[in-house]
Amino acid sequence: MTTELALFYAFAAVTVGAALGVITVKNTVHAALLLVLTFFSCACLWLLLRAEFLAIVLVLVYVGAVMVLFLFVVMMLDIKTDSLREGFARYLPVAAVVAGIMLAQMLALIGWNAMLQVPAPESDGATLAGVGNTEWLGRALFTDYILPFEVAAVILTVAIVAAIALTLRRRPGVRHQDPSRQVLVRKEDRLRVVKVATEGKEAGK
Amino acid sequence: MITLAHFLGLGAVLFCISVAGIFINRKNVIVLLMAIELMLLAVNMNFVAFSHFLGDVHGQVFVFFILTVAAAESAIGLAILVVLFRNRSTINVAELDSLKG
Repeated sequence: MTTELALFYAFAAVTVGAALGVITVKNTVHAALLLVLTFFSCACLWLLLRAEFLAIVLVLVYVGAVMVLFLFVVMMLDIKTDSLREGFARYLPVAAVVAGIMLAQMLALIGWNAMLQVPAPESDGATLAGVGNTEWLGRALFTDYILPFEVAAVILTVAIVAAIALTLRRRPGVRHQDPSRQVLVRKEDRLRVVKVATEGKEAGK
Repeated sequence: MITLAHFLGLGAVLFCISVAGIFINRKNVIVLLMAIELMLLAVNMNFVAFSHFLGDVHGQVFVFFILTVAAAESAIGLAILVVLFRNRSTINVAELDSLKG
């Protein structure tokens, strides 16, 4: 067994164990943290596949942003987990049967013989192209895939706008500043110059 | 020796775990969203494995786009979840029946 294979089995075991934990633990916060572990060990596996850029992106985007968002939401919402757990034992056999059959089908398709027959290439595409993984990916992304790349940027912008528009709320009774009304204010609306008759010289003394 | 089938098998196992997760956690929307993320991860694993073993960059480009769309999806999904909880004070899927579907 080579070192690479041993590392693969170690990371795969952590990934599968953490993924099983995600769907079975009672506490949602623990589920989110186990999902972080799953993503992280998957990033390690992607490093074994020499996809360095995507491995780092997975850690930065998923562990750094998406999972923190999940944790925020889980902790912000006051969730009673007891009622959410009912039906867990009832659906467990169905889930096991369906997932087991799916797994058997997929593994049959992949084929155990293929395990022995398809070895890893000596050098991957990036090495053949004479560049690093990030440059290899970047060249494809900014030449062949420039239009989908721009569309992805638009999708992210739409997602920001949608997420803010969904969660923004105006509570009645809370005073807000309205800048557009503030700049529309004119002097005549607010200020009234009153002529006050001055008193005589006797009053000043 | 490490082969393509190792990674495809791992992807299949992850996918089936997330399918089972959707079955057994069908009341809790947050865990459902996590199971969907897990499913996308399993697919991404297949893409990266094929990209490496076939020496083709397009698999990794696809993973890049899947990550982008998945991030947008989870942001909007969690925003909907927050609004839902604000209005109904629950995230139990069984109680979200106001559409009477």
